Amino acid sequence: MPDGSPLLRVEHLRKVYASAQGEVEAIGDLSFTMAPGELMCVVGPSGCGKTTLLKCLAGLLRPTSGLVEMEGSPVTGPSPAMAVVFQEYGRSLYPWLTVQGNVELPLRHKKLSRAERRRMVADAIEAVGLAGSADSHPWQLSGGMQQRVAIARAIAYQPEVLIMDEPFAAVDAQTRADLEDLVRELHLTRGISTIFVTHDIDESVYLGQRVLVLSNSPTRVQEDLVIDLPAERDQLTTRALPRFTELRTHVYAQIQRAKRGPVTAPPVAR
Amino acid sequence: MTALGAKKARLPGPVLRAVENVLFALGLPVLTVLLWGIWSAGSTNRFFVGPLTILDAFRRTWIGPAFVDDVLPSLYRLALGLVASILLGVAAGVVIGRLRLLRELLEPLLEFFRALPPPVLIPVMMLLLGITDTMRVVVIVSGAVWPILLNTIDGVRATDSVMRETADSFRITRWERLWLLVLPAASPRIMTGVRQALSVALILMVISEMFASSAGLGYRIAYFQRNYLVAEMWSGILLLGLIGVLLAVAFGLVERRVLRWYHGMKEITRA
Repeated sequence: MPDGSPLLRVEHLRKVYASAQGEVEAIGDLSFTMAPGELMCVVGPSGCGKTTLLKCLAGLLRPTSGLVEMEGSPVTGPSPAMAVVFQEYGRSLYPWLTVQGNVELPLRHKKLSRAERRRMVADAIEAVGLAGSADSHPWQLSGGMQQRVAIARAIAYQPEVLIMDEPFAAVDAQTRADLEDLVRELHLTRGISTIFVTHDIDESVYLGQRVLVLSNSPTRVQEDLVIDLPAERDQLTTRALPRFTELRTHVYAQIQRAKRGPVTAPPVAR
Repeated sequence: MTALGAKKARLPGPVLRAVENVLFALGLPVLTVLLWGIWSAGSTNRFFVGPLTILDAFRRTWIGPAFVDDVLPSLYRLALGLVASILLGVAAGVVIGRLRLLRELLEPLLEFFRALPPPVLIPVMMLLLGITDTMRVVVIVSGAVWPILLNTIDGVRATDSVMRETADSFRITRWERLWLLVLPAASPRIMTGVRQALSVALILMVISEMFASSAGLGYRIAYFQRNYLVAEMWSGILLLGLIGVLLAVAFGLVERRVLRWYHGMKEITRA
C-alpha cells in the first residue's frame, strides 16, 4: 500500500432504518479515515448509532448512502480484512465448540495445512493468555475469559482491522482493566489496526491513539481528537497523568454538548 | 450446584448413593408386582392372570423362533421408520426453518397433516402401497416425522442473531454454517422432537401390524387376543413395554452425548 493512504475510509455514511413509525435516521452523515496500525476509539452518547456504524464497517449492514472503503475498494459485505468482537460474548461464542474449536472456526475455510492452522489457533489462544483452557467450553469460563476467547478468534482470522463493539461493557471493573491492557498489548506487539467502540469515556482515552466523538442522532463526527499520551500506558500512572484528566474532561464536555443538541455546523446538503 | 453438594454431604460415598438410586428406581415396581401376585392368586377371573403365569408365557412365547419371526422384523421396521423420520424431519425442518416464505406457505398444510391421526392412513396406504413392509414403514414415518419436523423448524428459526452475525462476519461457508451453527443450535429442539417421535413410532409399529398382517409383534398380540390366549397376550404387552423402556434408555445415552454442552451450560447457569 502506498504511504499515507488510509486503510479505511468512510465518506458521507448515512443509515436510515425503516420502521412501523416511519424512518429512523441512525447515522446522519459520517466521514473519517483511519491509517494502518491505528487504535481508534469511537465514543458517543447512548443511542447515537455506534453499533450501526460498526455493522456498516464490518459489512453486516448496507449503508443507505455513502461509502465505506477498505484499502481502496468498497465494502459491500463481510470482508476477510475485518474481524468483529461483539459485546455479547455469551451469544457470539458457540457453546457446543471448545475454546479451540471456536478460535478455529473462522480458519476452517482458509486454505491452510492442518499444522499451520493448529499453530495459528494455539498462537491466538496463547496471545490472550488462555493457553491452559483450550479444551474447555466457553460456558465453563468467566465472562472476562470468554471475551478473551472472542478476541483470540478475531486475531486468529488475521484481519487488517479488528472491530470491537463495546466488548467490555458486561464485565466487572477489574476484569475490564485487564482486558483493556490486553487490547493495548495486542495493538503494540502485533500492530493490529483496531476500532474500539465504547460508551466509557475513560476507557476511550486510556486505550486510544485517537478518539472519534460522535454526536447525538442523526449522528455526525462531533470531534476527532488525537490522544497525545505516551504509548506505554499503565492503569495506575496513565490514569493519574494531568493530561489524561484534561483529555477525559474534554471528551466528557464534548459528549455533553453532543447530547444537548445538534452540532454547531449546519448540516451539509446531500 | 449447591443442591448437589448438599446431597453429597448427606451420604458417605458414591457406592451407597448408587444403591440408594437403584432401590428408589426398583422399589415401587417390585411392590406393585408383589401386590398384583397376591391379588391375582385369589382371583378366579381368567382374564386377570398373575405375574408368574405371564413370565412363564413370556418365556414360552418370545424366547425362541417367535423372536426371529415376529420381534426382529418389527424392530427392523421400527428402526427403519425412525431413521427415515429423523432424516426427513431434520432435512426438511432445516430448509423450511431457514426460508421464511416457504415456512409461511407451508404452515397451514403442516398443521393439517400433523392433526391427522396416522392410523386412519393405513387403509389408504394399503391401497396405494399394498400390504408390504414399505407400507408399514411409511405409516410409522407418517406419524413420527411431525414432532421432529416441527421442532427442527422452531429450533432452526430460533438460532441466535448474534451467532448468525458471527458466522456472517467470519464468512463461514454454507456447509460449515449448517454443521457448526444451524444443526448444533437446533439440536436441543431436535432431540425433544426425536424423544416424542419414539413413542409415536412404537405405537404405529404395533398398529400397522394389526391390519392384514401375518407376522410381527402387533399381529401376534392381536392374534392372542382373538384366541383368548390371555397370558400370551399380556406377555406381548410386557415385551412392548420393555422395548419402550430400552428405546428410552438408548435415547437417553445418545442424548447425553449429543447435548453434553447443553446440559453442562444449563447446570452452570442454574448454579
